[in-house]
Amino acid sequence: MSTAAPPSADSDCAIDVVDLAIRYHGQLALSGVTLQVPTHEIFGVIGPANSGKTSFLRAINRMDLLTAGMEVSGSVRVEGRDVRSWRNPYALRQRIGVVFPLPVGLPMTIYENVALSSRLRGTRNKADLDVIVERCLRRAALWDEVKDRLDSLGSLLSGGQQQRLTIARALSQDPSILLLDEFSIAVDPVTTMRIEEVLAELKSEMTIVLVTNLVQQARRLASQTAFFLTGELVEVTETETMFEGGAKDPRTTAYVEGKFG
Amino acid sequence: MFEATAQNRRNRRVEGLFRLLFLWMTCMLILPVALILGVLIVRGGPAISWEFLFTQPINNMTAGGILPALVGTVWLVVVALIASVPVGVAAALYLSEYAPDNRLTRAINLAIINLAGVPSIVHALFGLGAFVIFFRFGTSILAASLTLAIMTLPVVIVATRESLQTVPLAFREACWNMGATRWQTIRKVVLPNSVSGILTGVILEVSRTAGETAPIMFTGAAFFLPFLPQGVLDQTMAMSLHLFVISTQVPDVPEHMPFGVALVLISMVLAMNGISIAFRVYLRGRKKW
Repeated sequence: MSTAAPPSADSDCAIDVVDLAIRYHGQLALSGVTLQVPTHEIFGVIGPANSGKTSFLRAINRMDLLTAGMEVSGSVRVEGRDVRSWRNPYALRQRIGVVFPLPVGLPMTIYENVALSSRLRGTRNKADLDVIVERCLRRAALWDEVKDRLDSLGSLLSGGQQQRLTIARALSQDPSILLLDEFSIAVDPVTTMRIEEVLAELKSEMTIVLVTNLVQQARRLASQTAFFLTGELVEVTETETMFEGGAKDPRTTAYVEGKFG
Repeated sequence: MFEATAQNRRNRRVEGLFRLLFLWMTCMLILPVALILGVLIVRGGPAISWEFLFTQPINNMTAGGILPALVGTVWLVVVALIASVPVGVAAALYLSEYAPDNRLTRAINLAIINLAGVPSIVHALFGLGAFVIFFRFGTSILAASLTLAIMTLPVVIVATRESLQTVPLAFREACWNMGATRWQTIRKVVLPNSVSGILTGVILEVSRTAGETAPIMFTGAAFFLPFLPQGVLDQTMAMSLHLFVISTQVPDVPEHMPFGVALVLISMVLAMNGISIAFRVYLRGRKKW
Protein backbone atom coordinates (compact mmCIF):
# COMPACT_ATOMS: atom_id res chain seq x y z
CA MET A 1 0.00 0.00 0.00
CA SER A 2 1.47 3.34 -0.99
CA THR A 3 1.20 6.44 1.12
CA ALA A 4 -0.27 8.43 -1.74
CA ALA A 5 -3.16 10.87 -1.75
CA PRO A 6 -6.10 10.41 0.63
CA PRO A 7 -8.34 7.72 -0.81
CA SER A 8 -11.88 8.67 -1.56
CA ALA A 9 -13.30 5.25 -2.32
CA ASP A 10 -15.13 3.73 0.62
CA SER A 11 -13.27 0.44 0.49
CA ASP A 12 -9.92 2.12 1.13
CA CYS A 13 -11.26 4.02 4.08
CA ALA A 14 -11.22 2.30 7.47
CA ILE A 15 -12.68 5.14 9.47
CA ASP A 16 -14.79 7.87 7.92
CA VAL A 17 -15.67 10.73 10.24
CA VAL A 18 -18.09 13.46 9.19
CA ASP A 19 -18.78 16.55 11.26
CA LEU A 20 -18.05 14.83 14.57
CA ALA A 21 -18.76 16.78 17.73
CA ILE A 22 -18.37 15.57 21.31
CA ARG A 23 -19.86 17.09 24.42
CA TYR A 24 -19.33 16.24 28.08
CA HIS A 25 -22.31 17.26 30.21
CA GLY A 26 -23.29 19.69 27.47
CA GLN A 27 -19.84 21.25 27.26
CA LEU A 28 -18.26 21.07 23.84
CA ALA A 29 -14.96 19.16 23.88
CA LEU A 30 -14.44 18.57 20.19
CA SER A 31 -16.28 19.79 17.11
CA GLY A 32 -16.19 19.99 13.34
CA VAL A 33 -14.05 16.90 12.78
CA THR A 34 -14.28 15.54 9.26
CA LEU A 35 -11.55 13.16 8.17
CA GLN A 36 -10.86 9.81 6.56
CA VAL A 37 -8.44 7.25 7.93
CA PRO A 38 -7.14 5.10 5.07
CA THR A 39 -7.02 1.34 5.48
CA HIS A 40 -3.74 -0.29 6.53
CA GLU A 41 -1.90 2.88 7.27
CA ILE A 42 -0.77 4.64 10.38
CA PHE A 43 -2.78 7.78 10.90
CA GLY A 44 -1.17 10.26 13.28
CA VAL A 45 -3.10 12.58 15.58
CA ILE A 46 -1.11 15.32 17.28
CA GLY A 47 -2.02 18.31 19.37
CA PRO A 48 -1.46 19.78 22.82
CA ALA A 49 -3.26 18.57 25.93
CA ASN A 50 -7.01 19.16 26.05
CA SER A 51 -7.34 19.32 22.31
CA GLY A 52 -9.85 16.46 22.11
CA LYS A 53 -7.57 13.67 20.85
CA THR A 54 -8.65 11.09 23.39
CA SER A 55 -12.32 12.00 23.01
CA PHE A 56 -11.92 11.40 19.29
CA LEU A 57 -10.73 7.85 19.97
CA ARG A 58 -13.52 7.22 22.44
CA ALA A 59 -16.10 8.18 19.85
CA ILE A 60 -14.75 5.60 17.41
CA ASN A 61 -15.36 2.58 19.62
CA ARG A 62 -18.53 3.96 21.20
CA MET A 63 -17.16 4.47 24.68
CA ASP A 64 -19.73 7.25 24.93
CA LEU A 65 -22.15 4.49 25.92
CA LEU A 66 -20.08 3.82 29.02
CA THR A 67 -19.09 7.39 29.86
CA ALA A 68 -21.50 9.45 31.93
CA GLY A 69 -22.43 12.71 30.26
CA MET A 70 -20.62 12.04 26.95
CA GLU A 71 -22.64 12.84 23.85
CA VAL A 72 -21.53 12.30 20.29
CA SER A 73 -23.06 13.92 17.21
CA GLY A 74 -22.12 13.68 13.56
CA SER A 75 -21.21 10.38 12.01
CA VAL A 76 -18.39 7.90 12.51
CA ARG A 77 -18.27 5.07 10.00
CA VAL A 78 -16.00 2.11 10.63
CA GLU A 79 -15.44 0.02 7.53
CA GLY A 80 -18.33 1.72 5.83
CA ARG A 81 -20.82 1.28 8.63
CA ASP A 82 -22.00 3.94 11.07
CA VAL A 83 -20.88 2.89 14.55
CA ARG A 84 -24.26 3.83 15.93
CA SER A 85 -25.96 1.33 13.66
CA TRP A 86 -24.12 -1.55 15.33
CA ARG A 87 -26.81 -3.04 17.49
CA ASN A 88 -24.12 -4.79 19.48
CA PRO A 89 -21.42 -2.28 20.48
CA TYR A 90 -19.43 -5.10 22.14
CA ALA A 91 -18.88 -6.68 18.73
CA LEU A 92 -17.66 -3.31 17.41
CA ARG A 93 -15.22 -2.90 20.31
CA GLN A 94 -13.84 -6.40 19.77
CA ARG A 95 -12.76 -5.35 16.28
CA ILE A 96 -10.94 -2.31 17.66
CA GLY A 97 -7.88 -2.71 19.86
CA VAL A 98 -7.08 0.13 22.25
CA VAL A 99 -3.82 1.01 24.02
CA PHE A 100 -3.91 3.59 26.80
CA PRO A 101 -1.41 6.27 27.87
CA LEU A 102 -0.64 4.53 31.15
CA PRO A 103 -0.07 0.80 30.71
CA VAL A 104 -2.89 -1.25 32.18
CA GLY A 105 -1.78 -4.76 33.00
CA LEU A 106 -4.89 -6.39 34.38
CA PRO A 107 -4.43 -7.98 37.82
CA MET A 108 -4.19 -11.51 36.46
CA THR A 109 -1.36 -13.59 35.05
CA ILE A 110 0.45 -12.57 31.87
CA TYR A 111 -1.11 -15.56 30.16
CA GLU A 112 -4.61 -14.63 31.30
CA ASN A 113 -4.12 -11.01 30.21
CA VAL A 114 -3.58 -12.11 26.64
CA ALA A 115 -6.07 -14.99 26.73
CA LEU A 116 -8.85 -12.84 28.20
CA SER A 117 -10.28 -11.52 24.96
CA SER A 118 -10.49 -15.00 23.44
CA ARG A 119 -12.06 -16.35 26.61
CA LEU A 120 -14.65 -13.58 26.53
CA ARG A 121 -15.52 -14.75 23.04
CA GLY A 122 -15.98 -18.29 24.26
CA THR A 123 -12.70 -19.99 23.36
CA ARG A 124 -12.12 -22.68 25.99
CA ASN A 125 -9.59 -24.93 24.29
CA LYS A 126 -6.25 -24.62 26.09
CA ALA A 127 -4.20 -25.51 23.02
CA ASP A 128 -5.91 -22.78 20.97
CA LEU A 129 -5.34 -20.26 23.74
CA ASP A 130 -1.66 -21.26 24.01
CA VAL A 131 -1.21 -20.54 20.32
CA ILE A 132 -2.95 -17.16 20.55
CA VAL A 133 -1.00 -16.10 23.64
CA GLU A 134 2.37 -16.99 22.14
CA ARG A 135 1.61 -15.38 18.79
CA CYS A 136 0.40 -12.11 20.31
CA LEU A 137 3.26 -11.86 22.79
CA ARG A 138 5.74 -12.49 20.00
CA ARG A 139 4.20 -9.83 17.80
CA ALA A 140 4.30 -7.35 20.67
CA ALA A 141 8.03 -8.12 21.13
CA LEU A 142 7.49 -9.35 24.67
CA TRP A 143 7.59 -13.14 24.31
CA ASP A 144 11.31 -13.61 24.96
CA GLU A 145 11.15 -11.63 28.17
CA VAL A 146 8.15 -13.37 29.71
CA LYS A 147 7.96 -16.86 28.18
CA ASP A 148 9.34 -18.44 31.35
CA ARG A 149 6.96 -16.67 33.70
CA LEU A 150 3.60 -16.57 31.98
CA ASP A 151 2.02 -17.37 35.35
CA SER A 152 3.28 -14.27 37.11
CA LEU A 153 1.10 -11.21 37.49
CA GLY A 154 0.79 -8.94 34.44
CA SER A 155 0.19 -5.92 36.64
CA LEU A 156 3.61 -6.31 38.26
CA LEU A 157 5.66 -6.09 35.06
CA SER A 158 7.71 -2.96 34.45
CA GLY A 159 6.00 -0.05 32.71
CA GLY A 160 7.50 -0.75 29.32
CA GLN A 161 6.72 -4.46 29.54
CA GLN A 162 3.17 -3.75 30.67
CA GLN A 163 2.66 -1.48 27.70
CA ARG A 164 3.79 -4.25 25.35
CA LEU A 165 1.50 -6.61 27.27
CA THR A 166 -1.34 -4.18 26.60
CA ILE A 167 -0.48 -4.24 22.90
CA ALA A 168 -0.37 -8.05 22.94
CA ARG A 169 -3.78 -8.02 24.60
CA ALA A 170 -5.14 -5.66 21.97
CA LEU A 171 -3.70 -7.88 19.22
CA SER A 172 -5.37 -10.91 20.79
CA GLN A 173 -8.67 -9.35 19.80
CA ASP A 174 -7.55 -9.85 16.20
CA PRO A 175 -8.55 -6.26 15.52
CA SER A 176 -8.87 -4.59 12.16
CA ILE A 177 -8.24 -1.22 13.79
CA LEU A 178 -5.74 -0.36 16.52
CA LEU A 179 -6.12 2.87 18.47
CA LEU A 180 -3.08 4.05 20.42
CA ASP A 181 -3.46 6.89 22.87
CA GLU A 182 -0.06 8.41 23.69
CA PHE A 183 1.34 4.96 24.36
CA SER A 184 4.87 6.22 25.01
CA ILE A 185 4.04 8.58 27.85
CA ALA A 186 5.14 6.14 30.59
CA VAL A 187 7.60 4.11 28.57
CA ASP A 188 11.38 4.39 28.29
CA PRO A 189 12.88 5.46 24.93
CA VAL A 190 14.24 2.00 24.09
CA THR A 191 10.87 0.37 24.58
CA THR A 192 9.25 3.18 22.63
CA MET A 193 11.52 2.42 19.67
CA ARG A 194 10.72 -1.29 19.90
CA ILE A 195 6.99 -0.60 19.95
CA GLU A 196 7.38 1.75 16.99
CA GLU A 197 9.04 -1.06 15.05
CA VAL A 198 6.16 -3.35 15.97
CA LEU A 199 3.64 -0.78 14.75
CA ALA A 200 5.45 -0.36 11.46
CA GLU A 201 5.10 -4.11 10.90
CA LEU A 202 1.49 -4.25 12.05
CA LYS A 203 0.22 -1.69 9.59
CA SER A 204 0.26 -4.25 6.80
CA GLU A 205 -2.52 -6.05 8.66
CA MET A 206 -4.51 -3.35 10.37
CA THR A 207 -5.34 0.32 10.38
CA ILE A 208 -3.61 2.20 13.17
CA VAL A 209 -4.64 5.52 14.67
CA LEU A 210 -1.69 6.88 16.61
CA VAL A 211 -2.49 9.70 18.99
CA THR A 212 0.82 11.02 20.17
CA ASN A 213 2.30 13.76 22.27
CA LEU A 214 5.61 13.37 20.43
CA VAL A 215 5.36 15.12 17.08
CA GLN A 216 8.51 13.35 15.90
CA GLN A 217 6.83 10.01 16.56
CA ALA A 218 4.04 10.97 14.18
CA ARG A 219 6.68 12.02 11.68
CA ARG A 220 8.48 8.68 11.95
CA LEU A 221 5.38 6.51 11.64
CA ALA A 222 2.33 8.22 10.21
CA SER A 223 1.55 8.62 6.55
CA GLN A 224 -1.03 11.30 7.27
CA THR A 225 -1.33 13.41 10.36
CA ALA A 226 -4.22 15.34 11.86
CA PHE A 227 -3.59 18.34 14.07
CA PHE A 228 -6.11 18.97 16.84
CA LEU A 229 -6.14 22.21 18.80
CA THR A 230 -8.49 23.19 21.62
CA GLY A 231 -11.31 20.97 20.50
CA GLU A 232 -11.02 21.54 16.79
CA LEU A 233 -9.46 19.73 13.90
CA VAL A 234 -7.10 22.27 12.35
CA GLU A 235 -6.04 20.16 9.39
CA VAL A 236 -5.18 16.74 8.02
CA THR A 237 -2.10 16.66 5.82
CA GLU A 238 0.43 14.20 4.47
CA THR A 239 2.90 13.87 7.31
CA GLU A 240 5.97 14.72 5.23
CA THR A 241 4.30 17.82 3.84
CA MET A 242 3.29 18.92 7.30
CA PHE A 243 6.81 18.58 8.67
CA GLU A 244 8.49 20.09 5.64
CA GLY A 245 6.70 23.36 6.26
CA GLY A 246 3.87 22.64 3.86
CA ALA A 247 1.07 22.76 6.45
CA LYS A 248 -2.03 24.62 5.38
CA ASP A 249 -2.42 26.41 8.68
CA PRO A 250 0.34 28.49 10.30
CA ARG A 251 -0.65 27.15 13.74
CA THR A 252 0.23 23.64 12.61
CA THR A 253 3.66 24.72 11.47
CA ALA A 254 4.21 26.54 14.75
CA TYR A 255 3.21 23.44 16.73
CA VAL A 256 5.32 20.92 14.83
CA GLU A 257 8.28 23.28 15.07
CA GLY A 258 7.82 23.33 18.84
CA LYS A 259 6.86 26.99 19.13
CA PHE A 260 3.99 26.07 21.48
CA GLY A 261 2.52 22.92 22.96
CA MET B 1 22.26 32.83 62.32
CA PHE B 2 20.54 29.50 62.97
CA GLU B 3 19.28 30.48 66.43
CA ALA B 4 15.72 29.36 67.17
CA THR B 5 13.42 32.35 67.49
CA ALA B 6 10.86 32.68 70.25
CA GLN B 7 8.23 31.72 67.69
CA ASN B 8 10.15 28.53 66.79
CA ARG B 9 10.36 27.57 70.44
CA ARG B 10 6.67 28.19 70.99
CA ASN B 11 5.76 26.14 67.92
CA ARG B 12 7.83 23.28 69.24
CA ARG B 13 6.21 23.43 72.66
CA VAL B 14 2.71 23.47 71.17
CA GLU B 15 3.63 20.61 68.86
CA GLY B 16 4.70 18.48 71.83
CA LEU B 17 1.54 19.37 73.74
CA PHE B 18 -0.78 18.33 70.94
CA ARG B 19 1.08 15.10 70.38
CA LEU B 20 0.65 14.29 74.07
CA LEU B 21 -3.03 15.22 73.99
CA PHE B 22 -3.79 12.95 71.03
CA LEU B 23 -1.80 10.10 72.56
CA TRP B 24 -3.74 10.49 75.79
CA MET B 25 -7.09 10.39 73.97
CA THR B 26 -6.02 7.26 72.12
CA CYS B 27 -5.11 5.56 75.36
CA MET B 28 -8.50 6.53 76.80
CA LEU B 29 -9.99 4.65 73.88
CA ILE B 30 -8.27 1.43 74.81
CA LEU B 31 -9.24 1.70 78.46
CA PRO B 32 -12.91 0.65 78.25
CA VAL B 33 -12.10 -2.26 75.95
CA ALA B 34 -9.43 -3.50 78.32
CA LEU B 35 -11.71 -3.04 81.35
CA ILE B 36 -14.64 -4.88 79.77
CA LEU B 37 -12.49 -7.78 78.71
CA GLY B 38 -10.69 -7.86 82.06
CA VAL B 39 -13.87 -7.91 84.13
CA LEU B 40 -15.47 -10.53 81.89
CA ILE B 41 -12.45 -12.83 82.03
CA VAL B 42 -11.96 -12.48 85.79
CA ARG B 43 -15.62 -12.86 86.74
CA GLY B 44 -16.94 -15.00 83.88
CA GLY B 45 -13.88 -17.15 83.34
CA PRO B 46 -14.66 -19.57 86.17
CA ALA B 47 -18.09 -20.26 84.66
CA ILE B 48 -16.65 -21.52 81.39
CA SER B 49 -16.44 -25.29 81.21
CA TRP B 50 -17.24 -28.10 78.82
CA GLU B 51 -20.52 -28.56 80.62
CA PHE B 52 -21.36 -24.85 80.42
CA LEU B 53 -20.95 -24.79 76.65
CA PHE B 54 -22.58 -28.10 75.77
CA THR B 55 -25.51 -28.73 78.09
CA GLN B 56 -29.03 -27.41 78.56
CA PRO B 57 -29.85 -24.84 81.22
CA ILE B 58 -31.49 -26.46 84.26
CA ASN B 59 -33.20 -25.37 87.50
CA ASN B 60 -35.05 -22.44 85.94
CA MET B 61 -31.84 -21.30 84.16
CA THR B 62 -29.92 -20.88 87.41
CA ALA B 63 -27.58 -23.76 86.59
CA GLY B 64 -26.45 -25.90 83.69
CA GLY B 65 -25.21 -24.72 80.33
CA ILE B 66 -26.06 -22.49 77.40
CA LEU B 67 -26.10 -24.92 74.47
CA PRO B 68 -29.57 -23.97 73.11
CA ALA B 69 -28.64 -20.28 73.12
CA LEU B 70 -25.29 -20.95 71.43
CA VAL B 71 -26.85 -23.11 68.74
CA GLY B 72 -29.70 -20.64 68.35
CA THR B 73 -27.33 -17.72 67.73
CA VAL B 74 -25.51 -19.73 65.07
CA TRP B 75 -28.85 -20.50 63.39
CA LEU B 76 -29.92 -16.85 63.47
CA VAL B 77 -26.61 -15.63 62.05
CA VAL B 78 -26.43 -18.22 59.27
CA VAL B 79 -30.01 -17.68 58.10
CA ALA B 80 -29.56 -13.90 58.26
CA LEU B 81 -26.42 -14.19 56.12
CA ILE B 82 -28.14 -16.38 53.55
CA ALA B 83 -30.85 -13.74 53.28
CA SER B 84 -28.76 -10.58 53.29
CA VAL B 85 -25.48 -11.35 51.50
CA PRO B 86 -26.89 -12.13 48.02
CA VAL B 87 -29.25 -9.14 48.15
CA GLY B 88 -26.61 -6.81 49.58
CA VAL B 89 -23.86 -7.81 47.14
CA ALA B 90 -26.23 -7.60 44.17
CA ALA B 91 -27.44 -4.17 45.26
CA ALA B 92 -23.86 -2.97 45.75
CA LEU B 93 -22.89 -4.29 42.32
CA TYR B 94 -25.78 -2.44 40.75
CA LEU B 95 -25.03 0.80 42.57
CA SER B 96 -21.29 0.65 41.93
CA GLU B 97 -21.11 -0.83 38.43
CA TYR B 98 -24.37 -0.13 36.62
CA ALA B 99 -26.35 2.70 38.17
CA PRO B 100 -26.35 5.99 36.30
CA ASP B 101 -25.99 9.04 38.50
CA ASN B 102 -29.62 10.09 38.53
CA ARG B 103 -32.40 10.85 40.96
CA LEU B 104 -33.36 7.22 41.47
CA THR B 105 -29.80 6.22 42.37
CA ARG B 106 -29.49 9.09 44.79
CA ALA B 107 -32.82 8.12 46.37
CA ILE B 108 -31.61 4.54 46.79
CA ASN B 109 -28.38 5.71 48.39
CA LEU B 110 -30.34 7.91 50.76
CA ALA B 111 -32.60 4.97 51.64
CA ILE B 112 -29.56 2.84 52.49
CA ILE B 113 -28.15 5.52 54.77
CA ASN B 114 -31.53 5.87 56.46
CA LEU B 115 -31.88 2.12 56.83
CA ALA B 116 -28.55 2.10 58.66
CA GLY B 117 -29.82 4.82 60.97
CA VAL B 118 -33.07 3.13 61.99
CA PRO B 119 -32.95 2.10 65.68
CA SER B 120 -32.94 -1.65 66.16
CA ILE B 121 -36.15 -1.63 68.23
CA VAL B 122 -37.94 -0.11 65.24
CA HIS B 123 -36.59 -2.93 63.07
CA ALA B 124 -37.95 -5.31 65.70
CA LEU B 125 -41.45 -3.88 65.44
CA PHE B 126 -41.22 -3.89 61.65
CA GLY B 127 -40.15 -7.54 61.72
CA LEU B 128 -43.00 -8.39 64.04
CA GLY B 129 -45.52 -6.71 61.76
CA ALA B 130 -44.09 -7.89 58.46
CA PHE B 131 -42.64 -11.35 58.99
CA VAL B 132 -44.36 -12.70 62.10
CA ILE B 133 -47.86 -11.43 61.38
CA PHE B 134 -48.22 -10.46 57.72
CA PHE B 135 -46.18 -13.28 56.16
CA ARG B 136 -47.36 -15.67 58.92
CA PHE B 137 -43.88 -16.98 59.71
CA GLY B 138 -44.83 -16.82 63.38
CA THR B 139 -42.17 -16.12 65.99
CA SER B 140 -39.46 -18.17 64.34
CA ILE B 141 -35.82 -18.23 63.32
CA LEU B 142 -36.94 -17.22 59.83
CA ALA B 143 -38.74 -14.09 61.01
CA ALA B 144 -35.93 -13.12 63.39
CA SER B 145 -33.20 -13.71 60.82
CA LEU B 146 -35.01 -11.75 58.13
CA THR B 147 -35.36 -8.87 60.58
CA LEU B 148 -31.63 -9.08 61.32
CA ALA B 149 -30.91 -9.32 57.60
CA ILE B 150 -32.77 -6.11 56.84
CA MET B 151 -31.06 -4.38 59.72
CA THR B 152 -27.57 -5.38 58.57
CA LEU B 153 -28.18 -4.97 54.84
CA PRO B 154 -26.64 -1.46 54.80
CA VAL B 155 -23.44 -2.89 56.34
CA VAL B 156 -23.12 -5.42 53.53
CA ILE B 157 -23.99 -2.92 50.82
CA VAL B 158 -21.62 -0.22 52.02
CA ALA B 159 -18.73 -2.64 52.65
CA THR B 160 -19.20 -4.28 49.27
CA ARG B 161 -19.51 -1.00 47.41
CA GLU B 162 -16.35 0.34 49.03
CA SER B 163 -14.53 -2.84 48.22
CA LEU B 164 -15.66 -2.63 44.57
CA GLN B 165 -14.52 0.98 44.39
CA THR B 166 -10.97 0.01 45.31
CA VAL B 167 -10.63 -1.70 41.92
CA PRO B 168 -9.25 1.04 39.65
CA LEU B 169 -11.48 2.37 36.88
CA ALA B 170 -8.61 1.82 34.42
CA PHE B 171 -9.08 -1.96 34.75
CA ARG B 172 -12.75 -1.68 33.90
CA GLU B 173 -12.02 0.62 30.95
CA ALA B 174 -9.41 -1.80 29.63
CA CYS B 175 -11.99 -4.59 29.68
CA TRP B 176 -14.77 -2.50 28.19
CA ASN B 177 -12.50 -1.41 25.37
CA MET B 178 -11.88 -5.07 24.54
CA GLY B 179 -15.58 -5.55 24.01
CA ALA B 180 -16.35 -7.04 27.42
CA THR B 181 -19.81 -6.41 28.79
CA ARG B 182 -20.18 -4.93 32.24
CA TRP B 183 -21.01 -8.36 33.65
CA GLN B 184 -17.96 -9.97 32.01
CA THR B 185 -15.83 -7.18 33.46
CA ILE B 186 -17.31 -7.71 36.91
CA ARG B 187 -16.77 -11.46 36.76
CA LYS B 188 -13.24 -11.42 35.34
CA VAL B 189 -11.70 -8.37 36.98
CA VAL B 190 -13.84 -6.56 39.54
CA LEU B 191 -15.13 -9.40 41.74
CA PRO B 192 -11.92 -11.45 41.93
CA ASN B 193 -10.13 -8.37 43.21
CA SER B 194 -12.73 -7.27 45.71
CA VAL B 195 -13.97 -10.57 47.10
CA SER B 196 -11.70 -10.43 50.16
CA GLY B 197 -13.02 -6.98 51.01
CA ILE B 198 -16.58 -8.22 50.59
CA LEU B 199 -15.85 -11.13 52.94
CA THR B 200 -14.48 -8.66 55.48
CA GLY B 201 -17.79 -6.82 55.34
CA VAL B 202 -19.72 -10.04 55.72
CA ILE B 203 -17.76 -10.99 58.82
CA LEU B 204 -18.38 -7.59 60.35
CA GLU B 205 -22.05 -8.19 59.68
CA VAL B 206 -21.84 -11.54 61.48
CA SER B 207 -20.39 -9.98 64.59
CA ARG B 208 -23.09 -7.35 64.61
CA THR B 209 -25.87 -9.87 64.00
CA ALA B 210 -24.68 -12.14 66.80
CA GLY B 211 -24.90 -9.40 69.39
CA GLU B 212 -28.26 -7.84 68.57
CA THR B 213 -31.06 -8.36 71.07
CA ALA B 214 -33.95 -6.05 70.31
CA PRO B 215 -34.74 -7.24 66.75
CA ILE B 216 -35.05 -10.88 67.80
CA MET B 217 -37.00 -10.35 71.03
CA PHE B 218 -40.41 -10.12 69.38
CA THR B 219 -39.68 -12.07 66.24
CA GLY B 220 -38.11 -15.38 67.12
CA ALA B 221 -36.05 -15.61 70.27
CA ALA B 222 -37.53 -17.41 73.22
CA PHE B 223 -37.13 -16.85 76.95
CA PHE B 224 -36.43 -20.51 77.58
CA LEU B 225 -36.70 -23.64 75.43
CA PRO B 226 -35.67 -27.05 76.63
CA PHE B 227 -34.76 -28.26 73.11
CA LEU B 228 -32.63 -27.24 70.12
CA PRO B 229 -34.30 -25.73 67.05
CA GLN B 230 -35.00 -28.28 64.31
CA GLY B 231 -35.75 -25.90 61.44
CA VAL B 232 -36.20 -22.27 60.44
CA LEU B 233 -39.80 -22.16 61.57
CA ASP B 234 -38.93 -23.08 65.17
CA GLN B 235 -38.38 -20.57 67.92
CA THR B 236 -34.96 -20.55 69.45
CA MET B 237 -32.98 -19.25 72.36
CA ALA B 238 -30.17 -16.81 71.58
CA MET B 239 -27.05 -15.73 73.43
CA SER B 240 -27.87 -12.05 73.55
CA LEU B 241 -31.42 -12.49 74.80
CA HIS B 242 -30.33 -15.22 77.22
CA LEU B 243 -27.84 -12.79 78.72
CA PHE B 244 -30.57 -10.19 79.14
CA VAL B 245 -32.95 -12.75 80.66
CA ILE B 246 -30.64 -14.25 83.24
CA SER B 247 -29.28 -10.84 84.20
CA THR B 248 -32.64 -9.17 84.81
CA GLN B 249 -35.60 -11.53 84.65
CA VAL B 250 -34.62 -14.63 86.62
CA PRO B 251 -34.03 -14.59 90.39
CA ASP B 252 -31.17 -16.40 92.11
CA VAL B 253 -28.86 -16.78 89.13
CA PRO B 254 -25.29 -17.28 90.40
CA GLU B 255 -23.22 -14.21 89.62
CA HIS B 256 -20.68 -15.94 87.40
CA MET B 257 -23.31 -17.13 84.89
CA PRO B 258 -24.20 -13.86 83.15
CA PHE B 259 -20.53 -12.99 83.01
CA GLY B 260 -19.83 -16.38 81.49
CA VAL B 261 -22.49 -15.87 78.83
CA ALA B 262 -21.16 -12.40 78.06
CA LEU B 263 -17.64 -13.78 77.79
CA VAL B 264 -18.71 -16.47 75.31
CA LEU B 265 -20.65 -13.93 73.25
CA ILE B 266 -17.82 -11.44 73.11
CA SER B 267 -15.35 -14.22 72.28
CA MET B 268 -17.49 -15.19 69.29
CA VAL B 269 -17.54 -11.59 68.10
CA LEU B 270 -13.83 -11.03 68.70
CA ALA B 271 -13.00 -14.27 66.90
CA MET B 272 -15.02 -13.04 63.92
CA ASN B 273 -13.28 -9.67 63.97
CA GLY B 274 -9.95 -11.46 64.21
CA ILE B 275 -10.72 -13.43 61.08
CA SER B 276 -11.74 -10.22 59.34
CA ILE B 277 -8.47 -8.53 60.29
CA ALA B 278 -6.51 -11.57 59.15
CA PHE B 279 -8.30 -11.33 55.80
CA ARG B 280 -7.34 -7.71 55.43
CA VAL B 281 -3.70 -8.40 56.25
CA TYR B 282 -3.69 -11.28 53.76
CA LEU B 283 -5.28 -8.98 51.17
CA ARG B 284 -2.66 -6.31 51.69
CA GLY B 285 0.06 -8.94 51.45
CA ARG B 286 -0.93 -10.03 47.96
CA LYS B 287 -1.98 -6.75 46.44
CA LYS B 288 -1.98 -7.28 42.72
CA TRP B 289 -1.19 -3.80 41.51
